[in-house]
Amino acid sequence: MDIVYLLVPLSLALAFLIGAVFWWAMRRGQFDDLEGPAHRILMDDDRSGSG
Amino acid sequence: MDPGLPTAGALATTRAAGLCYHCGLPQRGGGHFSIEIDGVERALCCAGCQAVAQIIVDHGLTSYYHHRSALPAREDAVPPAVRGLGAYDVPAVERALTRDAGNHVRTAALMLSGITCAACVWLIEQRIARLPGVLGIDINYATHRAQVRWDTRRTRLAAILEAIAALGYRADPYDRARSEHARASERDGALARLFVAGFGMMQVMMYLVPMYLTNGEMTADIEQLMRIASLMLTAPVVLYSATPFFARAWRDLRARHLGMDVPVALGIGAAFAASVAATLGGGGPVYYDSVTMFVFLLLAARYLEMTARSRAAMTQEQLAQQAPGVAERFAAWPGSDLAEVVSTASLRGGDHLRVRPGALIPADGVVVGGASEVDERLLTGESRPQPKRAGDALTGGSLNVGNPLVMRVARVGADTVLASILRLLDRAAGERPRIARVADEVAQRFVLALLVIAAAVAAVWYQVDATRALWVTVAVLVVSCPCALSLATPAALAAASGTLHAHGVLITRGNALESLARATHFVFDKTGTLTTGIMRLVGVIPLGGGTREECLALAAALETGSGHPIARALAEAAPVSARYRCSELSSSAGSGVEAVVDARRMRLGAPQFVAALHGQPLPRELAFIADDVTAVALGDERGWIALFTLDDPVRPQARRVIRELVRMGKEVHLLSGDRPQIALHVARSLGIAAARGGATPRDKLDYVQDLQRDGAVVAMVGDGINDAAGLAAAQVSIAMGSGTDIACSASDVILLSGRLDALPAAVRTAHRTLRVIRQNLAWAFAYNVVAVPLAACGYVTPLIAGAGMAASSMLVVANALRLLRHAPVRAGTPPAVPAIDLR
Repeated sequence: MDIVYLLVPLSLALAFLIGAVFWWAMRRGQFDDLEGPAHRILMDDDRSGSG
Repeated sequence: MDPGLPTAGALATTRAAGLCYHCGLPQRGGGHFSIEIDGVERALCCAGCQAVAQIIVDHGLTSYYHHRSALPAREDAVPPAVRGLGAYDVPAVERALTRDAGNHVRTAALMLSGITCAACVWLIEQRIARLPGVLGIDINYATHRAQVRWDTRRTRLAAILEAIAALGYRADPYDRARSEHARASERDGALARLFVAGFGMMQVMMYLVPMYLTNGEMTADIEQLMRIASLMLTAPVVLYSATPFFARAWRDLRARHLGMDVPVALGIGAAFAASVAATLGGGGPVYYDSVTMFVFLLLAARYLEMTARSRAAMTQEQLAQQAPGVAERFAAWPGSDLAEVVSTASLRGGDHLRVRPGALIPADGVVVGGASEVDERLLTGESRPQPKRAGDALTGGSLNVGNPLVMRVARVGADTVLASILRLLDRAAGERPRIARVADEVAQRFVLALLVIAAAVAAVWYQVDATRALWVTVAVLVVSCPCALSLATPAALAAASGTLHAHGVLITRGNALESLARATHFVFDKTGTLTTGIMRLVGVIPLGGGTREECLALAAALETGSGHPIARALAEAAPVSARYRCSELSSSAGSGVEAVVDARRMRLGAPQFVAALHGQPLPRELAFIADDVTAVALGDERGWIALFTLDDPVRPQARRVIRELVRMGKEVHLLSGDRPQIALHVARSLGIAAARGGATPRDKLDYVQDLQRDGAVVAMVGDGINDAAGLAAAQVSIAMGSGTDIACSASDVILLSGRLDALPAAVRTAHRTLRVIRQNLAWAFAYNVVAVPLAACGYVTPLIAGAGMAASSMLVVANALRLLRHAPVRAGTPPAVPAIDLR
């Protein structure tokens, strides 16, 4: 069970890392428009006729 | 189904005969309008749709038609004022509304109106990005805001706005600096808090669940490790994510008021503090999982509520921004006609202003030069534009529809008619019945009872078993923590307003749905609410031997370039043709226009004005028409050519809306500022028993208050400034989204793009919301009645407390989400279908 002493702190570190990544992504505006991209992917380069 | 209803479901039927391929309305042009799209000839309803469709085809953007999932908003839902884009061409205005990005590049933030689906966004992006000189456009689908960059040497702001307008949408530049940044940072903060709480919750669960499952078989130091790890993840949740609860609870306490946040903050604080003490000091249960889950659930509900609210606020702001607050002031009238652009706020009495056609009158004053017609419908409800010549009074806020005017400012600021209506509005808003206060009092009593129980439990257990007193009290606080109770209402409201927003109904105030469900009387304004507020041709009576089409073509030629509502009605009905050219065009305000067409001198306008050209009286049997409806005559020097009759048509859905409201047991009234005979006529045709015309804003306020005195819960539906006071006094006010900013800002509910038919659906949703809220509250109450005594007796372990709280909250949220599932579609209307054309 000694591995727990390594894994628990490791998971903690990971959790804080993920928090930092989220903060960075939010700062970059990744969450500004949560609806648009889902629609946009259907529209792009999908020209008339093939619709 | 009703073809006038622009739902997504209507899309499937636009391909059927008789409906416009572009906008889904019935074809009125008698088959004159059509366009070839991807090799198939498509019928259209009017010149406006033809123009838009032509642009879409010409630029190779026809995939718009395959991908759209909603029909475009009708262009005439937009008040004519906004079509005057000319003001943006004035360099000073352009500079004020845009930012210099260096190197001949400017940027502007635009608010877009008329976007109904993702295909609209695509269409605008494609079209604008291909304009010469435009460097980039970036549209946010969620907020309907756009950022555009362009090269000032190659294009101008007005050209970009015109290109968007040509597609049938509206774009207004706005100043991004203010409210938007505040809202964006509020949103980012809320999102970050929610993320920290949600992530913390999941991770804490990972540490604590093994402890529950092994049931004490873990060695003490591993258990301690798990607890410390949980503590490290719970700390950010409590110290960062939960700060709004602590701040609000503190604010409530200082105001000697017990809100919902007080027990929430107390529960979080007590459970966290006890758990920290148990972890660092001697032992005892820990509640990290309950605390994090609790914070997460509450934040999630509030995040949803905030999203709904800020979307409402943004839409409302957008409606408010209808014209730039600027005026053109002459430097030295009458000596020079040099005008400078100044803000409306800097005007003084005695200033001379130029008012361009299509512009709003910036202040109260008197005409000193020019003659024109002014649309005062938003102020008075009168649907015909009023002729104005030198010496006539002008009211600020009305719309110049004819020729350029020079006016002298008489009153500005607080002295204007508009300001006095606003004062009425403030007063009425101050007298608004506060249903919210009752709910607040109930909550306060509940909180008080809770705190008393917790204190009593603590005191009793202190006597019985002092070592367990703290833990039992914490368990009581955690179990009873009014999670379900504080989720019950916001979750249901957020779900309901989300559903309604998707159907074109915007809820701007929290208690609007409740009042809407309770409303007993619905008072409607006429112009622009029950009617479209737009003149439409109803009849052509050829008098000179020509055909209907010829008469219309002649009339349309005479009215070329006029912004007058009658001119637009004639132009829309006429077949597109360049057969007639007119010259020597001159117009006389209030009477009509005169020009030489086809080598004949012709007049179009009031029958008397036309009669003056040839000296013959109008046939007797036609003369009476001019009294009851709006009639326009056409004639040349030899005699009469035609008589056109127009009216302001009743919205196609109005009759059904009224009928449905009556069936729901509501009493319907009509209250109009328009002429009494017209008001009565409309009321009769719609089956409204109680009607009154000629009402001033003051009368409307009194009317609403009289009804209220008799115990009625009044819902007022209006769109103009003249309705604003009545709107504010009513328990629930509903504005047409195409109305004025004042009407919109005074209202609790906005029917976007003039969707009157959404009203009965909104009332039904309001009833359902109220029912769901009641169910939720009943559940939360029942849960507490069972759980609190158990906790008080010491039977509740942290696991049970957490599980019970989660289950109860989930139940409440799931119940609220039922409001999302049942879209408020009328029985008999086909459900919304995806519009992907799979040919």
